[in-house]
Amino acid sequence: MQNKSYQLLNVGENCIFVKFGQEISPVIHKKVKRLSEYLEQNPFPGYIEFVATYTGTAVNYDPWVVKKKLAKKGETSFAAVGRLLEAYVQKSELMPETAPNVVEIPVCYGGEYGPDLAYVAEYCHLTEEEVVKIHSSGEYLCYMIGFCPGFPFLGGMDPRIATPRRQTPRLAIPARSIGIAGQQTGGYPISTPGGWQIIGRSAIEMFDASAENPTLLKAGDIVHFRSITPEEYAEMRGDAK
Amino acid sequence: MSFKVLRPGLLSSLQDIGRIGYQKYGINVSGAMDVLSLRLANILVGNKEDEAALEITMTGPTLEFLSDTLIAIVGANLSPVIDGVAVRMNRPVAVKAGAVLKFGACQKGCRAYLAAAGGYDVPEVMGSKSTYLRGGLGGYQGRALQKGDIVDCGKPSSFGEHTLHFLLMKGARSFRIANWFVNPPHMEDANLAAPIRLTKGMQIEAYKDECVEAFLQETFKVTTSADRLGYRMQGPQIELKAPLEMISEVATFGSVQVPPDGNPIILMADHQSVAGYPKIAQVISADLARVAQYKPGSRMSFRLVSIEEAEEICFEQERYLESVKIAVMSKC
Repeated sequence: MQNKSYQLLNVGENCIFVKFGQEISPVIHKKVKRLSEYLEQNPFPGYIEFVATYTGTAVNYDPWVVKKKLAKKGETSFAAVGRLLEAYVQKSELMPETAPNVVEIPVCYGGEYGPDLAYVAEYCHLTEEEVVKIHSSGEYLCYMIGFCPGFPFLGGMDPRIATPRRQTPRLAIPARSIGIAGQQTGGYPISTPGGWQIIGRSAIEMFDASAENPTLLKAGDIVHFRSITPEEYAEMRGDAK
Repeated sequence: MSFKVLRPGLLSSLQDIGRIGYQKYGINVSGAMDVLSLRLANILVGNKEDEAALEITMTGPTLEFLSDTLIAIVGANLSPVIDGVAVRMNRPVAVKAGAVLKFGACQKGCRAYLAAAGGYDVPEVMGSKSTYLRGGLGGYQGRALQKGDIVDCGKPSSFGEHTLHFLLMKGARSFRIANWFVNPPHMEDANLAAPIRLTKGMQIEAYKDECVEAFLQETFKVTTSADRLGYRMQGPQIELKAPLEMISEVATFGSVQVPPDGNPIILMADHQSVAGYPKIAQVISADLARVAQYKPGSRMSFRLVSIEEAEEICFEQERYLESVKIAVMSKC
């Protein structure tokens, strides 16, 4: 297996990172997503959970259960899971492609909800309206969820509105804030400190701990933003907390 | 069964083995920092090993028991006292209603685990009773205990019930300890101070050879910035051979990452699922229990082991726990 397109790297004795590449790309993301889905449908003895990232899928497992139920005599749990994952990668490549989930997020841009919109416009030599138009007409791919509950790392933002992070992070960014950091865009599902340029706020919740799927977005989703007026925002939030 | 919090202590929060299966939603695993102590404490009171216990950090709380309760305290020795009488750790203790449990000086370690027979009766959030402090999720109302809180316990197992009655029958003013106990191996002096064992991190090759050598040979101070999220360490500077453009990738409990300032950080129970700094090493899972017992200001050293050794050490710990379970059940 010299020409494998991926590496199996151990992250300690209870996690293997299946690394498909070195850069952020939709092609690598597709492989990550397929393996993650295949794992969810075919959990092995000792399997705990996966974490999808830009460059690969991390597979957490219990080496003690693997030793008792999966490993051959004299084989380490690492080798046993690695052996299985090689087969999983091959099989996942044969899976029919599932249509991505498309999610539209209504956003009230600027004003009290987007205190950094003016700065982003100035930095990019655009008007605020142009920034909103560019941001809300893009199609974004959710590469991974991390940093805090439900926080999406979105790719595909128009470079014309790329703006560096704030010099000084805010101590508390309100929940549902939508922001820009360099080439990335994303949203804060819960209130947390952060340094992103905040350009607007989502009218819909991005995280609900009591729901079966607690987050609005998951890795692999396609995301659109729709610009709404403060009145529409108020109406949509009317019956929310 | 329940207890009332008279004083909360520095940081007392409910933790089980963690919120498993939700990292794909960006939810931190959380859970006990010293999982070995948590599992032992639960076994001693007849609970399932993954039940929640109260994780007590350095300065313990003062708790008044509102009903007869079987408890066990495992982990750091924070000088527990019930109604003025020192109470021994690492064994079942039957506590009578009205008794008050206090903690004193932190004699050894950093975190103690207080398990109650029947576990703690708080709602499971995303499959776990663990408190994720920053997210305000799980545990007791998503936070550390505060003065006046009343924490209810669940229904004890028949072992828990039986042991409680058996001990109280022998007569007790405030409490009665069992005459048998366990010796948590990671809390023995020689073991606690031994080097923390690591496997190679994914980017270990990217660090200067002399820095990797220093990392493995010299000692590091645990800074005051050492909490449930991670331990910032101070020692020889760990430098990269050349600047490394990193894309955020997986991080787990025990990942040792080094930010550009050259000071390593050990990620702990409340770590994020993805992180952007290169990783020099990974603490083996069995030794995380010891890392959790290091206080700010103490010194830590590291030793590299192979994946095969790491697995063997993990299996040894599991065999130990199985033997404890069998021994405890024979006491019933």
